[in-house]
Formats: sequence, structure tokens, C-alpha cells
Amino acid sequence: MKKKIMCLIMSVCMLTLCACSATGQTAGEDNSEEQSLTVFNYGQYFEPEMLELFTKETGIRINYEEAATPEELYTKYVSGGISYDLLCTSDYMIKRLIDEGEAKEVNYRGMEHFKNINPEFLKLSDSFDPGNKYALPYFWGTVGILYNTTKVNGPIDSWDVLFNGEYSGQIIMQDSMRDSFMVALKYLGYSLNTTDEKKIREAADLLKKQKPDVESYLVDEARDEVVAENAVMAVVYSGEGYLGHEYNPDLAYVIPKEGSNLWVDSWIMTKNCKNTEAALKFLDFLCREDVAKANFEFQYYSSPNKTVVDKMDETLKANNAINPSYDSLKDCEVFEALDEKTTALYSELWKEIKSE
Amino acid sequence: MKSKKVRVLAIPYAVWIVGFTLIPLMFVLAKAVTSPAGGFTFDNLLAIFDPVNRKSLILSLLLAFISTVMCILISYPVALILKSSKIKNKKILMFILILPMWMNFILRILAVQMLLSKNGIINHFLTMAGLSPINIINTPYAIVFGMVYDYLPYMMLPVLNCILAIPDDIIEASRDLGANRLTVLRRIIIPLSLSGIGSGITMVFVPSMTEFVIANILGGGKIQLLGNIIEQEFSVTMNQHLGSGLSVTLMIFVLLTTLLFGRHEDTNKGFVL
Repeated sequence: MKKKIMCLIMSVCMLTLCACSATGQTAGEDNSEEQSLTVFNYGQYFEPEMLELFTKETGIRINYEEAATPEELYTKYVSGGISYDLLCTSDYMIKRLIDEGEAKEVNYRGMEHFKNINPEFLKLSDSFDPGNKYALPYFWGTVGILYNTTKVNGPIDSWDVLFNGEYSGQIIMQDSMRDSFMVALKYLGYSLNTTDEKKIREAADLLKKQKPDVESYLVDEARDEVVAENAVMAVVYSGEGYLGHEYNPDLAYVIPKEGSNLWVDSWIMTKNCKNTEAALKFLDFLCREDVAKANFEFQYYSSPNKTVVDKMDETLKANNAINPSYDSLKDCEVFEALDEKTTALYSELWKEIKSE
Repeated sequence: MKSKKVRVLAIPYAVWIVGFTLIPLMFVLAKAVTSPAGGFTFDNLLAIFDPVNRKSLILSLLLAFISTVMCILISYPVALILKSSKIKNKKILMFILILPMWMNFILRILAVQMLLSKNGIINHFLTMAGLSPINIINTPYAIVFGMVYDYLPYMMLPVLNCILAIPDDIIEASRDLGANRLTVLRRIIIPLSLSGIGSGITMVFVPSMTEFVIANILGGGKIQLLGNIIEQEFSVTMNQHLGSGLSVTLMIFVLLTTLLFGRHEDTNKGFVL
């Protein structure tokens, strides 16, 4: 009896394995018949209508996948469950993927609409993609404070308001390891890419001390909480800063004077991409004026696309979340990928902070 | 002949168990006892003694314990009231009790978040009534509230099933023999409903111990349960070995709870869900 059951279980195992490999093969064959691309992006970062438009124009089907944070995106990517053709992620994660040989070199200059990209951002991308061989800038922005102008005492222009206890219980921090450390490091006057253990520990101590004053650590909901006036201020990305003001006119966004994180999200083609021609079509499509504009108006991060910026109305152009002044950016830095030892230190300290 | 047919019917179950329980469990176990560099190690299992992890484990156990006790305290009186009530169709009442479970659990927790938030509905009514608002969102209290709200039906149903199944004759007989209400409760109803409480405890304590979504949403990212640490190890830190090690430790606790409270189930098979 027992033997029979074991036989049954074993045969089931074998059958499942066979079935798995069989479906894997047929899926591979299907690709050559119908053109499709698997695209991986952050959530809420693409106007869905534009995906439909692309399929309508080219006949290429898009499988669209989303992740919430760079770390989640990376984990899903390396787990290998799905083979992605194109992905969009942040500067330091792009660097990591390039370094690990996951990206494919692309001749962006050959694309029809590439000229729309402001060369300034190619220069900026140089820090994580030397020679601009892999990454195509998609959106950029800053990290700053979104605050309620009617509930603060005096002007907000420094990270200090998050640490001096004045707004205890009214502060929302980013529930993301590097963004939270960035705030503390910048406030202490250090580089956000420092690998000096002493400085990182100092930042962690500051964050631990700050924790009782923090109302919550959030990612996507941070803006909504300030809009709903459940908190007075939150650390947010610039696009959220702009939209916060749209939803509640009492809110304003500021890049603190100590400097902050300047980020660039870019597209790369992965080494697994088989249909490079289709992938290039998609990337070129993104640079096209109408598409770039639709995507910009979907979430209001700053666009590296000249045509979009040139045709903005004056209020948008003057908005410090969408077009920050050169002066406010002078102390801002782009994240670099941290070495393994520093990453481990960050994780350990972040866990400590969260369990305080 | 008959037994063969029955065995054929068991194939889907076997596929399920092998494909979705045994094989994944092997992966987790294999990762738990190896280091990222490869090679055998006990470090991932011993990591539970690390102060940060230990603290989260204790907090997880504590919150799960409080939630379970609250669930019992709420379910038991309800069951007793239903038992003695004259309502004919008790099935309808039970149906109403499980009605919230028809809605997605994340949505329910988001709704609780709305209710409890600083300018939320509860505080709105409190201030309207001239009372001081409560500030429990982003604290462990909110997490307990969420867990009780979510898992109450899992306690309510087995307890109710068990108590409703106690024959009225027994209670009447004890009354005739001079037992007062308290004695009936203490000597008859509670002992006969232990199996229901036992399965209720297993069904509430186990999921609340491994919880991380409720802790994230209602705790505002400030409270770290062991479930949150495991999730972080997989999604942020990308140390799957440590995450697996901690999961295995947590599984040991789950196993202990099941062994401790689950054994009552055998004595009263028909009434467990």
C-alpha cells in the first residue's frame, strides 16, 4: 500500500516536470510567430493607453509587469521566473545590472526620436552608465519634503525639521532603506554614497533617535496622508510633491538646502532580449513627443525630453518639483551602487531602526 | 475495485501536495541550511537569537497571543447567547458572521486603516460627540485590532459549531441535579467546547504569528514582526538563505502550537469546519 502511494507520488512528480518542460518549449516557439515584448517597470509609471497605442501601431504585443521598489524589481528580475526584454529602474540599480552583465549595449543614437532627449541627462547618466552605452533616460526628479503650509511654524528649507522634534508625530518617512539613510546623511553633511562605516552608523543613530517622532514609514501612501492632513510633512519624490499640491493647494514641496538625491530612471535592454528590433521600436516610441507628453502627464515626474519641457505651460515650467532651479540642485547627488559590505551594513542597521 | 477508484480521485490532491507543499518546502529547507556562498551552515537557523530577530519573534508571539485571547473572549459569549436564544434559524446568524470573509482581506485591512487613521471616521465621530480622539493607528494596538477583525470568524465558527452541538438534554439533566448556571458552564459547556476552542486557536494563532501585511498597513512600517523581517530578507536584502532560516524557525513555532492545541480535533471530528 505504502509503496503504491510512493509510486503514485513519484510518477506525479515526473509528470509535473515533463509538463513543465513541455510548456516551456512551446512558449518559446510561440514567440517567433507573434511578436511580443515583456516590459518591466515601476507601478503607476506608464500611461496604459500608450501601451495600447504601441500595439495598434506596430502589432507588437506588450506583456507589462510592475514592481514597487528597485530592490523588488531586481529580485524579481534575477529570480528568472519571467524573461524580461526591457526594464526601467533607478540609477544605482541600472549600474548594478550593467556591472553584472545583465544589460545589452544599444545604439540609441540610431533611433529616430532620440534627438528629443536633452543631452544634459546623458551627461548625468554617465555616472552610472559610462559612455551612455546601455541606459535611455525616462524620467528624473528629486527627493524633498512635501509639507502643509498652514500647519508649519516658519519656512521649511532644511532637513532639520524632521529631526528637531518640533513636528513630533507629524512626520512621514520613506519606507525605503536608501531614501531614509539619504535624508540623515545629507542632514549630517555627508555624501549619500559614503561607504565610511562611522558616518553610516552616525546616520543610523540619528534615524533611531528620530523614530519616536515619526508617524509612519510609507512609500506610495506618503503623499495621500499629507493630502488627507493626517500628517504635516512627508519625505516624497518630486512627482508626488507636485501632485500633492494639485490635490491640496495648502501643500508645498521643497528640496532642502543641505541637498538631496537627484535620481534618473532609465530603460535598459536585458541580455535576454531576443527581438532587439521590436525593443528598439518600443524605446523609440517612448522618445516620441506625444508619447513622452502622455507619460509625463500621467505622473508628473520631470521629463528629460526637450519637446515636453519646451511645450509646458508657464506654471508647470516654474514649478520647483517639476523643473527645479539649478541652485537647488547644486548639492544633490545621484545614488551609486554600494559595495556588498556597505549594503550588508545598511540592511543590518535598517533592521535595527525598524525594530526599535 | 472501489478502493482503486478512490485512489484515482486522490491524484489531484497528491499533485497539489507534492507541487505546492513538499517541493517548495524542500527548497526552503535546503536554503535554510546553506550559506549564500554555498556550504552547510546552521547560522541561518541560529539567527533567531540575534537581538533584532529575537525581539521581533517575541513581539509576533505576543501580538498573536493577545489577538487569540481577544478572539476567544469575543466569540465565546456570542456562542453562549446564540445557544440559549430562541431564534429558530441559527444558520442565518452564522452566515452573517462569516459574511465579512466574502470581501478581500487586504481591502478589509485598508478599510480598517481608514477607520482608525488620525482624521478617520472613528475619530470624526468621537470629536463630534465631544470626546478626545484616539490615536491607535501605527501602534501595536492597531495591529491587534486588525488581526482580531480579520481572524474572528475563524474562531467564531468552530466555537459556535461546538457549543451548538452540545445536546440540550445534558444541560437540562445537570440543572435537574441541582447545578446552577455557573456550574453548568464550568463543568459541562466549557469542557465540551474545548475542541472548538482548540481548533479556533490553531486557526487564529498560526496566521497572526506569521502576519506581515497587517503589520505593514496598520503599523505604518514602524512595527517589525518576524514576518516583516522575513519579507525584507526576500524582497529588499535579497538574502534568501537567512529568510528561509527564519521561516523554518517560525515553522517550528507553528508546529508546536498545532501539536499543543490541534489534538482536540480528533475527539470531535464532525464539527470542525
